[in-house]
Amino acid sequence: MSKKLRPLIVGAGPAGIRAAEVLANAGIRPLVVDEAPLGGGQIYRQRFVPDERTPRDLYGSEASKATALHQTFAALADCIDYRPQALVWNIGPTVADIAVDGRSRRADFTHLVLATGATDRVLPFDGWTIPGVFTLGGAQVALKSQGCAIGDSVVFMGTGPLLYLVAWQYLKAGAQVAAVLDTAPFAAKLNLLLGLPSQPGVVLRGIRYAAELVARGIPVHYGVAPIRVEGGARVTGIAWREAGKESRLACDAVGFGLGLRSETQLADLAGCHFIFDERDRAWRPERDAAGRTSVPGVYAAGDGAGVAGADAAELAGERTGWAILQDANLPVDTMRIRLLEKKLGAIDRFRSILERAFPFPTAWAAGLPDDVVLCRCEEIAVADARLAARQQSVVEINRLKALTRIGMGRCQGRMCGTAAAEVLASSCGRSLEAVGRLRSQAPIKPLPLDLTGEEDAA
Amino acid sequence: MSTLATDVAIIGGGLVGTSAALALRRSGLSVVVLDKGYCGAQASGVNYGGVRRQGRPLAQIPLSQRAHAIWPRLKELIGIDGEFLRSGHLKLARTEAEMAALETYAARVADLGLDLELMGHNGLRERYPWIAGHVAGASLCPGDGHANPRLVSAAFARAAERAGAHVMEHTPVHHVERMPDGFHLSTGAGIDIKARHVVNSAGAWAAPFAAAFGEPVPLGRIYPCLIVTEPVAPAMTVNIGAEGGGIYARQVERGNCIVGGVRGAPLPDADFSRPVGAPAISVMNRAAKLFPALRHAHAIRFWTGTEGDMPDRNPVIGFSATTPGLIHAFGFSGAGFQIAPGVGEVVADLIRDGRSTTPIDAFAIDRFVRTNEGSGADLMTEPQQRETSQ
Repeated sequence: MSKKLRPLIVGAGPAGIRAAEVLANAGIRPLVVDEAPLGGGQIYRQRFVPDERTPRDLYGSEASKATALHQTFAALADCIDYRPQALVWNIGPTVADIAVDGRSRRADFTHLVLATGATDRVLPFDGWTIPGVFTLGGAQVALKSQGCAIGDSVVFMGTGPLLYLVAWQYLKAGAQVAAVLDTAPFAAKLNLLLGLPSQPGVVLRGIRYAAELVARGIPVHYGVAPIRVEGGARVTGIAWREAGKESRLACDAVGFGLGLRSETQLADLAGCHFIFDERDRAWRPERDAAGRTSVPGVYAAGDGAGVAGADAAELAGERTGWAILQDANLPVDTMRIRLLEKKLGAIDRFRSILERAFPFPTAWAAGLPDDVVLCRCEEIAVADARLAARQQSVVEINRLKALTRIGMGRCQGRMCGTAAAEVLASSCGRSLEAVGRLRSQAPIKPLPLDLTGEEDAA
Repeated sequence: MSTLATDVAIIGGGLVGTSAALALRRSGLSVVVLDKGYCGAQASGVNYGGVRRQGRPLAQIPLSQRAHAIWPRLKELIGIDGEFLRSGHLKLARTEAEMAALETYAARVADLGLDLELMGHNGLRERYPWIAGHVAGASLCPGDGHANPRLVSAAFARAAERAGAHVMEHTPVHHVERMPDGFHLSTGAGIDIKARHVVNSAGAWAAPFAAAFGEPVPLGRIYPCLIVTEPVAPAMTVNIGAEGGGIYARQVERGNCIVGGVRGAPLPDADFSRPVGAPAISVMNRAAKLFPALRHAHAIRFWTGTEGDMPDRNPVIGFSATTPGLIHAFGFSGAGFQIAPGVGEVVADLIRDGRSTTPIDAFAIDRFVRTNEGSGADLMTEPQQRETSQ
C-alpha cells in the first residue's frame, strides 16, 4: 500500500521538511521540490557559501530551531527524493511540471503538499522603485544568505514582526540602522500584552528587539505614513508624516514590508477552493485543521496556506504528513496529532493578537498619489487603476488586469496584486473580498524559452 | 418581469456582435446586446491578435478586404487604435514543398488585392536577418498586421454602448423562440427581450441557439495557447506565420513577444481551459530557435481561451434557413479577429437591406445539410492560427 504512495512536497521550509519527515518515518518516499539551493525556507535560509557566522549570528534566538530543522532535513537525505533549485511551474491533476537544470520534468504524484511559504506584502509609495528600496524579506535574505547589508545607512519601514526582527538583525550584524518607521501607532503594540499568557517567549523576544534598538539610540517612530523615498539612481533619503508633521532623514537604503502574503498560485492551479481570510486581508486555499484542501489528495501547510509564522509552519507541515497517512489508512500517532492541533489552535489565536499589534495600514491605498507606479513590471500608475474603475466601471480584479495590464508582467501580480486589489476596492467602493483575486496561470514564475522539454522526474 | 422591445437582439457581445451593434446603431435601429459574461472576454478578447488576410480561404477574401478597410479607422470608430499596427504579415516556408504551396496561394489570390511578395531564402535573410534557421522562403502581405484583442473587443462594446446600444453583460440568454409578433428572449437578469431580429453571434456557445431553430451545426471547440515573453529589444518587425502551422509570433510595442502554435486543454468545466506543459514548452523552443533574439528570453505568462471551430474551418454567416429574422455569425475557427468588424457590417447590411454586397454564400448555415461536406471553400491552405494539436 505505502509503496504506491508518491507524495510531492513543494517547498523545503519548516512545513515541507516536517511533512517529509513524517512520511519518511512511515516508509514513504516523498519528492521534495524547492526553489532554494539549500533547505530551510526563507526563515531558516542557509548560507550558500560558508562563512564564520554561527547559527546564533544568523538566526538569533531561533538558532536551535533552525539547526534542528536543518539536521532533520540532512538526515532525511537517503529517504526522500530532493530537487533543490527547482521550480514547480504548473500543476495538473496528479502531475506537476518542474523546471530544474534547464529541463522541464513531469512528476506524477498521488498526494500533493503545498508548503509554498510567503513573500513580503507591499504597497507602493512615492519613490518605491528607486534602487535601494528593498522588501524586509529581501533585506533579510541579503544578510542571511550573502552576509551583506542593503546599504550603509538603512531605514526600516512598515508593519509586522519582521520590521523589528530585521532591524535588530542588521544592528547585531554591525550595520547602521538609521531609523525604524512603524506605520502602526504605539498603542497598537499594547495588544501584545494579551499574548503574554499564551506565547510569552514570542512576546518577550519582540519586546527585547524593540528595547535593544531603542537602547542603541536608534530612533523608532510610530504612526508613520510614508510620503516619499527620495533619490535618483540611488536612495538618498526618506520623508514621512507623523502626527501631522513632516520629517525627513538621509539614508541610502530602505527595507519595507507590511506583513506577509501567502504564495497561493499552485493551490489555485491545483483547483483548490479559496476563501477570503479577513485577518490576512487576502484569499487563501480553504483547508481543514489537518491541512486538507477542497481537492482530495491536495494539502496546504505553512505560510502559503495563510500566514501563521515558522513555528506554526513546522506543526502544520507535520500535521499534513499525518493527514496523508490517515487518508491512506496507515497507522498514525493520534496523541501527537491531537497535540499538534492544540498547539496550532493556540498559535492561531495569538495570530489575531499579533495582527492587532501590527495592523495593516488600511487607508494607505486610498491615499496614494495618482502618479505613483502601482504595477512596476508593466509600469502602470495608480491613476490607471482608478480611471478604469471610474470610466469603465471595473469592479473585479481580473477585469482590471485585462483592461490595464496590471499584474500581467514578470511578477504575475505577486508583488502588485495586493496593491491592485486595495486600490480597486477603494476606488469602486467595494470590499477587498468583493473585488476578488487574480486567477493564476502557469507558469507561476518566468521560464527560459530554451527550457528543454519533458522527461520524468523520478 | 419587465420586457424590453428592440429592433435587434444580439446574443453574444464579442467582436462580431458588438461591431454589428455599432453598425446597426448608425443605421438608426435599436439594439440590445446580451452577453453571458463580459463583452469580448472570450475568443474576441483572448485570441492571438493577428490582423491577417494572407492565408485565408479564397471565399473569405472579400469579407476580409471589407474588414481591412475598417482596421485603420479604429480610433475614429471606437475611440482607440487598439494597438493596431500595419506591420505586414510574413508567412514562412520551412521546406520547398511549403514554398510551392505559398506560390500556389499567391497565384490564386493574385487579383484579390493582397499584394503578396514572395521571397526566397537569400531575400528573406537579407530583409529579415533576425529570423534564423533553415527557412526556404516566405510570402509577405505588407498591408496585414496585428492588434491587441483585449483592448479592441472591450472598446467595440463601449463604442456600441455610447452609440446607443443597450449592452447587457452577465446576462445569459436562457431561451429564445419566434412568436407571431417577433422573437422572445428570456434572460437570467429578470428581463425579457422582444425583438424583430436576432443575431446569433455567441461564438463557441452558438450551437444551442442554432439548434433551437432546427439548425444543428457541427460546432466544436479549440483552446489555443499563447505564450508571452518578457519585453525584449525591438526585433520582430512583422507578424510571423508559418505555412503548415506550428508557430506564429508578433512583438508588441512594449517589447513583449506573443507566440502561439499549440493548444491548451479544457478544464472539467469546458468553458475554461489551461495551458498544457509539454506543448507549451515545444512552442517556446520553436520560438527560441527561429528567433535568436529570444534565445535567452523568459516566458512570463501563458494564456488560453475557448474558440468555436467548424469542421471546414469556415464560419457560419448569413440568414437562418429556417427562421425569418434570424441571422447567424459564429464559428470562426481560430481566425475571426481580423474579419470580425467586417462581419459586423455584413450582419447590419442583412438586417437593414435584406442582403449584403459582400459575398457570403460559402458560409451559409445549411451547407452541412446540403452537401454533408461543408462549403467546399478553399481547404488547401492552412489559416495561420491552426495549431499543431498536442
